[in-house]
Amino acid sequence: MHGNPTMAARTPLLKVDNLVVEYPLGTRTIHAVSDVSLAIARGETLGLVGESGCGKSTLGRAVLQLRRATSGRVQFDGEELTALQGDALRRIRHRMQLIFQDPIASLNPRRRIGDIIAEPLVIAGVRDANKRQELVWEVLSAVGLDPALVVGRLPHEFSGGQCQRICIARALVLNPEFIICDEPVSALDVSIRAQILNLLEEMKQRFGLTLLFIAHDLAVVKAVSDRVAVMYLGRLCEVGPSAQLFEKPAHPYTALLIEAIPVPDPEVRPTEGVAVGEPPSPMAPPSGCRFRTRCPRADARCASEVPELRPIATGQYVACHHPLIAG
Amino acid sequence: MSGPALLSIEDVVVELPTPRGNLRAVDHVDLSMAAGQALGIVGESGCGKTMLSRAILQLLPKKARLSGRVMFDGQDLVRLNPEALRKLRARGIAVVFQDPMTSLNPVLTIGTQLVETLQEHLGLDAVAARRRSAELLAAVGIPAPEQRLDQYPHQLSGGMRQRVVIAIALCCEPKLLIADEPTTALDVTIQAQILDLLAREQRRRHMAMILITHDLGVVAGRTDEVAVMYAGRVVERAPTRNLFKHMQMPYTAALLAAIPKLDAAPHTPLAAIPGRPPDPTRPLKGCSFAPRCRHVGEQCLREKPALTPADNQGHCYACFHPLEFAAGVSA
Amino acid sequence: MATLELELAEEIVASPARRTRRLGMLFWAAIGWTVFVVAVAILAPVLPLPSPTDMDMLERRAPISALHWLGTDALGRDELARVAYGARISLTVGLFAPVIGLTIGGALGMLAGYFRGRFESFVVGSMDVLLAFPPLILALAVTAYLGQSVLNLTCILGVLGIPAFMRVARASTLTLARREFVIAAEALGATHARILIRELLPNVALPLLAFFLLGVAVTIVVEGALSFLGLGVPPPISSWGSMIGEGRESLEVAPMLAFVPAIAMFLTVLSFNLVGDTLRALTDPRQGAL
Repeated sequence: MHGNPTMAARTPLLKVDNLVVEYPLGTRTIHAVSDVSLAIARGETLGLVGESGCGKSTLGRAVLQLRRATSGRVQFDGEELTALQGDALRRIRHRMQLIFQDPIASLNPRRRIGDIIAEPLVIAGVRDANKRQELVWEVLSAVGLDPALVVGRLPHEFSGGQCQRICIARALVLNPEFIICDEPVSALDVSIRAQILNLLEEMKQRFGLTLLFIAHDLAVVKAVSDRVAVMYLGRLCEVGPSAQLFEKPAHPYTALLIEAIPVPDPEVRPTEGVAVGEPPSPMAPPSGCRFRTRCPRADARCASEVPELRPIATGQYVACHHPLIAG
Repeated sequence: MSGPALLSIEDVVVELPTPRGNLRAVDHVDLSMAAGQALGIVGESGCGKTMLSRAILQLLPKKARLSGRVMFDGQDLVRLNPEALRKLRARGIAVVFQDPMTSLNPVLTIGTQLVETLQEHLGLDAVAARRRSAELLAAVGIPAPEQRLDQYPHQLSGGMRQRVVIAIALCCEPKLLIADEPTTALDVTIQAQILDLLAREQRRRHMAMILITHDLGVVAGRTDEVAVMYAGRVVERAPTRNLFKHMQMPYTAALLAAIPKLDAAPHTPLAAIPGRPPDPTRPLKGCSFAPRCRHVGEQCLREKPALTPADNQGHCYACFHPLEFAAGVSA
Repeated sequence: MATLELELAEEIVASPARRTRRLGMLFWAAIGWTVFVVAVAILAPVLPLPSPTDMDMLERRAPISALHWLGTDALGRDELARVAYGARISLTVGLFAPVIGLTIGGALGMLAGYFRGRFESFVVGSMDVLLAFPPLILALAVTAYLGQSVLNLTCILGVLGIPAFMRVARASTLTLARREFVIAAEALGATHARILIRELLPNVALPLLAFFLLGVAVTIVVEGALSFLGLGVPPPISSWGSMIGEGRESLEVAPMLAFVPAIAMFLTVLSFNLVGDTLRALTDPRQGAL
């Protein structure tokens, strides 16, 4: 049976099947996402990691139907999202939220924080102003901000870390089930990053959330994810449980990413010359396996045949003709 | 520190008037480095590291006030006349900034930008300059350099552009290269390549290099000495190995602990530092890190700690309650 | 418990100090003059002024006197009263014509910038067509066909101003429409109307307002020019422009007749410009900290 190879044992909350997102740029097409399938179980955090241009942000937006996919299906709790329009789509949006990379740009510079956080409630139809205020104050306290000091102010009076807390509060106020975090800590300082990551973990536990955590920093992704999916130029390279994936990566690209991370230990001399070449353009992706232009293990088969995701170890799937571990 | 100092920053203070009050970006900083040495300056945003690099280059905003001395190769840059300073900029000190897109002129070809610099500072004629430009591009790892000379910056990827910026910086054989967050805007695999390139060129040319970054991992394997800055001051300075093995300043230790480690298990709570860096327009009376420090004491709130030596190998720190900390052991 | 934000109180309390910037003397002077002129224009009928239409043939082109504070014009009418009543006309046209441009042009621009695609091409194309018409000829054609009146003049000047407002609104909207806070609103399930009104409008309103004030200044001058040529408001209604036109004949004998309305117009236009510029600079939301 045509099964999604990355489906978890329980019925998944989110199921993406053969998603393709392409859009024209002038006379050429950008192949942002090419045939990606994945599933996220309820209560799980799936990390999606990849470098710029790999399509991970586009995938996140396409899942939430903020960007229409060219083809493929997205099922949320059994409902087919690509078939929904207008009001039906707007109603289901209350159950899925998004947190962005730039916390300050995510807030309307002309509106007060109290209004910004109350906005989802207004859209959802909560008419009672007192009830709205109560919920807003509750969620602001939950993210570690003092509501009395915050609600009447404008976004530019806050730092990046505080703005991100406000964005998280806004995402939580409707009690959603699923949140996509699109590089939520990349724009923040190191010491603030840790605060926000801890906050996200705590909120996940407290509100019973399911997360799709998109980032380019492997260590950050590993810290918060149960499973990790590695993406390169619009395709998934490898999917597997976090600890296992980083300990024994099967795909050469995953290994490359791990090697390239600067380790804060002077004893570990960075191995020179491991990373070669540049990612090709998403307008002209290589045939067959898209990583072959940078892969030391590439051969003729890699150029002619697109590798499919297949199981290589318990819960670990890889799309490679010459994986690093034997399957 | 081996040999006489190539660069010596003495008691530099940089202040900026702002509508909210006087901003002290750099607060009495002393640093020195010898020729051929690689110094890393680590700190978060607002710690003053960028202002310090601007102070060295004498590229501060007009409203800024600078006091102290910046001795480079025997000359005080603060008191140098503009003409001599301009000559010094390419041949003595070169810079690589964070965003390669804004460092390059978008309406000029790569070749024009390189040739211009070569003609101006080395006096080469057009043909020789073009040949040398192609050689430089090849040296920084750009494939098909001859064709790249006629391309515009927007036609290159981020990593390529940063290589071009490095090529321009190196073209006049500077004695000191300042790299201000050179890889922050780049992907991690490209970052590794660019850092390798910088390290390689630095060794080959026996050039001094200051690597400014917020990432302790970047400086760990690529520098000889590291200085950690917080709220405008140097709070710890040591040869790299010593810094990581014997951290004294709680901020440095906390910074290291806050980085998610690749070998930690998923869902391990991160050791976050509570609170935020102080408002630079409202400096605190005592130690700037006191409100966030776990080891804070009475004295920390009253006085600012001065840099005191930890040993005789050049390790110093500014703290009243130093740790005896080895990297890898949780606090 | 989540790691709390320490020192939040001090940081936040410190911020309001930034807001109060000193507004220059010039700004307040401009506000003062504007308020004064608008007050005079509104209250002209109840002010103790002589009638602007009473002709006193014995006192033609009289200099400043106790009876006529600014003298009289070629037909013996009190100059001060005429300037005051002229203000009514100039300001009426000057304020209401740009309002037409602001509402219609602003709305079209925002919709074009938000929805893009064929609608945008259509709007931009039509505006280009409108801009291609020589404005003076268009004004003349309309007044010739429909007759000269304050209403017609206001309408035609208003319509001519629509493309400019459309451009400003569209440019603002284009910059903002792809920013994260708009996508966030979309992700929350906000309708297009809600996004346009609650997210985009507050941000687009300020550049539009600043442009509006400049538009007022320009319209006063354009109306003045048309009236000066005799193509604007019909007699006996007079605006500052027509007064300058009439004063042209008496320049050697009584230069005041041309200069007084000219100065009034100059000061008013300058004031609107100053207020518009200052308002724009002040209300610019500063992105990020120091």
